[in-house]
Amino acid sequence: MAMLSFEKKYRVRGGTLIGGDLFDFWAGPFYVGFFGVATMFFATLGTALIIYAASQGPTWNIWQINIAPPDLKYGLGLAPLKEGGFWQIITICAIGAFVSWMLREIEICRKLGMGYHVPVAFGFAIFAYITLEVIRPVLLGAWGHGFPYGIISHLDWVSNVGYQYLHFHYNPAHMIAVSLFFTTTLALSLHGALVLSATNPPKGQAVKTPEHEDTFFRDTIGYSVGTLGIHRLGLFLALAAVFWSAVCIVISGPFWTRGWPEWWNWWLDLPIWR
Amino acid sequence: MKYALAFIGIIAGTLLTIAMMLSWERPPMASTQLGPRGLGMVEINNPRTEAKLQKANIVPEADPPAVLSGVKVKDSKDYQNVKVLGDIDTEEFNRLMGAITNWVAPEQGCTYCHNPENMADDSLYTKIVARRMLQMTRAINTMWTPHVAQTGVTCYTCHRGNPVPANIWFKNDGPPHAGGMSADRQGEGLATKAVGTTSLPYDPFTPLLAKGANIRVNATTALPEGTSKASIHDTETTYALMMHLSQALGVNCTYCHNARQFSSWAESRPQRVTAWHGIHMVGEVNETYLNSLQGVFPKERLGPSGDVAKVNCATCHQGVYKPLYGVSMVKDYEVLRLPNP
Repeated sequence: MAMLSFEKKYRVRGGTLIGGDLFDFWAGPFYVGFFGVATMFFATLGTALIIYAASQGPTWNIWQINIAPPDLKYGLGLAPLKEGGFWQIITICAIGAFVSWMLREIEICRKLGMGYHVPVAFGFAIFAYITLEVIRPVLLGAWGHGFPYGIISHLDWVSNVGYQYLHFHYNPAHMIAVSLFFTTTLALSLHGALVLSATNPPKGQAVKTPEHEDTFFRDTIGYSVGTLGIHRLGLFLALAAVFWSAVCIVISGPFWTRGWPEWWNWWLDLPIWR
Repeated sequence: MKYALAFIGIIAGTLLTIAMMLSWERPPMASTQLGPRGLGMVEINNPRTEAKLQKANIVPEADPPAVLSGVKVKDSKDYQNVKVLGDIDTEEFNRLMGAITNWVAPEQGCTYCHNPENMADDSLYTKIVARRMLQMTRAINTMWTPHVAQTGVTCYTCHRGNPVPANIWFKNDGPPHAGGMSADRQGEGLATKAVGTTSLPYDPFTPLLAKGANIRVNATTALPEGTSKASIHDTETTYALMMHLSQALGVNCTYCHNARQFSSWAESRPQRVTAWHGIHMVGEVNETYLNSLQGVFPKERLGPSGDVAKVNCATCHQGVYKPLYGVSMVKDYEVLRLPNP
């Protein structure tokens, strides 16, 4: 693949975390690095295991393939391959691949002398996954509390785990997370619409400036968060949404065993109006 | 002023946070798998609260067996006006009366129901109620074994030493509200204990714990083809009853259901069959035994709408999946398992 004329300028040596110069090269447009190799290793092994585990199951129906975690009786120990062991190794591969990918992003950031915002943001997604598959199962004492790998089966898991707490919409962290997810889409749609409106003036007119964009929001709601600010806000909303999602599931079970509606009794029982 | 407001805000925030934090629980938790692995059908319990619950649900020791006299109550001159227990031995009768006193009115004693001058006298309403309740107990133990199995029930299952069981319900019309064109809350929107402090309909019992009530709201087809005529309100009323059921039994929805399809019997646990019989049993008990006492209870024992106290799942279960953790008391009081005369 041909390199663009300016790309060479950015292909600088160094910035690696591990491996020194050994993996410091590109394959076509892709930077490799030690963590590129590690990602390839974990992703390939994990995918192969998923396919093999699926072949041991009753169906090839893409919707119904289900690779489930072990029974609760295995606790935090290892389970036989066909009784949850596949799930355990695939989980290790998934975490290995995700974390390697994040570290590869960090190496690229270091090469370019950029901030670590992208790998940090990806780290939040990994954190949410690890919360579901590692932290919460460890707090509850069994790998069997993790969700299964399957398109329909993981949805069944979500439904049943929600109903373990009778009405999950009363989970306070779930409320915050859902609000943040909606706010993220609101902020992104306003931002996207604003940029497109400034860059698509009527035929024959010059493209409008950020000052026009700021003025639009000052005229509308009295305040503009600004060109850089909207990206800070967007990143905050998105990461907070993911963070509170992780919180809402990790408190369900380890820190609250009853119905979520009942949790609000602290509010109903405040001495002011009890 | 600026600082005073901030100060008040910080104090209020701190107090609210403390109030909120006090109710949290902590690991380690105990968990039981209820379905195939990875399905999320799991019961997670706090072993600390579970220990307290077990302490509160200990069965009292049974009285020593009666030394039989060989005379049935109905054949003895000393026992008059015995309409339900006439077919049992007099000594068994005396032993049961003593047990009932301990189970129902340990502080008030025999005179809670009986006129001490004449034990046969029916002048106290409590005696009429007690007689009907004995018939109810026998009916449950003989006709509702699909729900109570061989464990059965006694007076203690509900009463636990209280003349009026702790968990009963009356028709709930909600608090008074302005009439006319003002908004009607449609029987919902109040955080009510009976339905797990949700905002769901606060009285699911009146419509659903009646004889022949229909709690099924699920359509049987994926697309709306008219297989269910249930409204959102009907659906929420069923959800409210299920909230009550979960709280009463100290279990979550997956104790009976696979949430993938609540209505599917094939994917449900066998416990759902027991619960189905239980819901119908409660409807029958309310209709045949409790409602039949309308007019017997004095005014102070009636609910705000003037109806008699009725039973729901919590009346017996009291937070436990099997009342008294499934310990049978009726095996020591077999006379409560005889068919009604």
